[in-house]
Amino acid sequence: MGKIFLVIQREYFSRVKKRSFLLATILTPLIFPAIMGLFLWISVGEKDGFSLRIIEVVDENDLFFLESSEQYAFSFSKISREEGKLMVQEGERFGFLYIPKIELSKPAGIVYFGEKNPSMSLISTLESSLKRTIEEQRLYQSGIDPNVIDAFRTKVSIQSVTLDNAGEEKISDATVNYGIGFFAGIMIYVFIFVYGNQIMQGVIEEKSSRIVEILVSSIKPFQLMLGKIIGIGAVGLTQFLIWMLLIGTITSIVMGYFGLQMPQQQAMEMANPELGLLMDDSFDSNNIIQVLQGIDFVKITLMFLFYFIGGYLLYGAFFAAIGAAVDSPSDAQQFMLPVTIPLIIAYLGLFIFVLDDPNSRVSFWLSVIPFTSPIAMMGRASYGVPAFDLILSMGFLVLAFLFTTWFAGKIYRIGILIHGAKVNYKTLWKWITTS
Amino acid sequence: MEILKIQDLSKSFGQQPALSHIDLVVPRGVIFGLLGPNGAGKTTLIRIINQIIDGDSGLILFKGEPLSSKHISQIGYLPEERGLYKKMKVWDQLIYFARLKGMSASMAKEKVKYWLEKLEISSWREKRIEDLSKGMAQKVQFISTVIHEPELLILDEPFSGFDPMNAEIIKNEILELKDKGITVVLSTHRMESVELLCDEIAMIHKSKKILEGKLSDIKRKFRPHVYQVALSPNGTQMPAEWGIHRTSDKVEIQVPLNGKRPNQLLLELMSFGDILEFREILPTMEELFIQQVKSHPHG
Repeated sequence: MGKIFLVIQREYFSRVKKRSFLLATILTPLIFPAIMGLFLWISVGEKDGFSLRIIEVVDENDLFFLESSEQYAFSFSKISREEGKLMVQEGERFGFLYIPKIELSKPAGIVYFGEKNPSMSLISTLESSLKRTIEEQRLYQSGIDPNVIDAFRTKVSIQSVTLDNAGEEKISDATVNYGIGFFAGIMIYVFIFVYGNQIMQGVIEEKSSRIVEILVSSIKPFQLMLGKIIGIGAVGLTQFLIWMLLIGTITSIVMGYFGLQMPQQQAMEMANPELGLLMDDSFDSNNIIQVLQGIDFVKITLMFLFYFIGGYLLYGAFFAAIGAAVDSPSDAQQFMLPVTIPLIIAYLGLFIFVLDDPNSRVSFWLSVIPFTSPIAMMGRASYGVPAFDLILSMGFLVLAFLFTTWFAGKIYRIGILIHGAKVNYKTLWKWITTS
Repeated sequence: MEILKIQDLSKSFGQQPALSHIDLVVPRGVIFGLLGPNGAGKTTLIRIINQIIDGDSGLILFKGEPLSSKHISQIGYLPEERGLYKKMKVWDQLIYFARLKGMSASMAKEKVKYWLEKLEISSWREKRIEDLSKGMAQKVQFISTVIHEPELLILDEPFSGFDPMNAEIIKNEILELKDKGITVVLSTHRMESVELLCDEIAMIHKSKKILEGKLSDIKRKFRPHVYQVALSPNGTQMPAEWGIHRTSDKVEIQVPLNGKRPNQLLLELMSFGDILEFREILPTMEELFIQQVKSHPHG
């Protein structure tokens, strides 16, 4: 055991101390907040940088009223259409909205003149506010008080609540659950590939530089393989934890700095006032907090760590065996298929079946079969997984990990000592059966 | 007492026998030459002694006990195909190998320091292997083999990759280790170093052992019974088959014994002039090697 620990130590520190590890670990989580920050900076700068944009409005009906906002001010006047256009041309006004005499039932001929193409948000703001005025006017003409209509406008939203065995109720939200499953599944998928590859590279390095013969005269090949897998896994886990910490910290700093710690809804409302109107009560921030409170984060985190590590170990042994069988990374390609295919099936299964319906039969099998379960089960995690499924899946994963490691160990211990030989699946099978 | 005793060891890879019924005894404190042409089975034998692979049948005793993993720390191994971690520093690397052989951290540090100073390479301790020349790396490699003070040292072609200067240093280190009582098994194709270093040898050919014993005994056993003689001639005619080589003041000849005793031969030779030199010709290892391989076409 002491020797495995030495190998783990070497694998871990030789990677963690590298400059490239430090760079990747620090820069990767900086990229997302940096991009977000950049956009926020630009948009904030835009607001501060420009003075109010004045839009000249000519309403031949004397009917409409447009409320000025932070960005746009509306100046009503009685100038002619040509005069208005001239004002825009000369840069005196940002834009010019011309509303001719219109029939309320068939409003037509409203034109916006601008030096630049107007933004979507400006046009939709103008449209919706004109629309509302016309609608109200028409209701009024039909003898209906718009206030009465307002009173009848009903908003409907369905709140979904999950019940557990004890009858405890939790407010759930499919979007949040989807997000958690999506994120966790992808993390595990990427992690297995990136760090599995590092195992393979490491084994190839030891094999091709012939260190391995010295190593295996001091330590059993199986111990060496296990030490390498665990050591590199620990590097991955370290990197992941640092990322989580950094992303969390930086995101909150960035958001805090720009004073934008507002609920999502408000941001959406800004972009589209009509949407805001519709979503008014159904999606308030209170609700999100309630949804988040309904999710058992401790359980999900533990599950994530289990499948994160389990999936990595399961495939790590395969990557080690592949590295041992070949002389150079370019030869490894031919053996990658048995590793890649189940991973891709798991990845596609996550999107097509599991996130779509976590309780379907396909989702069950995907999350129980060990070669797909680390990714697929995370898609089900936040929806709540029955204890039976979970125990079955975890048990299988542990058994499969022991099996693949034993199996890979057989290939590994022979492969590392064989150089320059043409290795195919037939030779691999011979190694397994003869050792 | 012997440090290593191998009894009836066999190993085959599929249908291909690599070692068949090998018996071998390596006495303590000697330099033991393990010889044989390429593909004879030397590397397989060495790997089995190092417990890298297992034999199919037979027994290996290390200091009288069946060889097991507890003996790993008492064996040092320098494989023919060898390498180091290119990105690792000399110091870290040596400590790692020492620890893998079961040394404590403090002991490992002390020993690495000792060896770096001994081979006068202390200034490289913070260098990465990739920044060293091949010869420098070989020195580090040699240290990694002996760092844990093994009782049995197995060196497979230890001089390959060394320039003559460094080869000399390593040769002296090997002799010094022998003086300390360490047993060295030396596998090499360089017969001149066998001649120079080995006390005992064993020869393997086509998976079988064809020769074993003290180097001096073997040489005597296979001597051609011919004497190298130098004399200042008195004019008497010598038989032409003696291979006469004349210089200005002496004649050198090679005289077969032809069943006579050496003293008898000497007496006869005295009639041809004054004897300056009289010495039995022993076969060189080179000659022995070729002769043995040829006379055992099927191992």
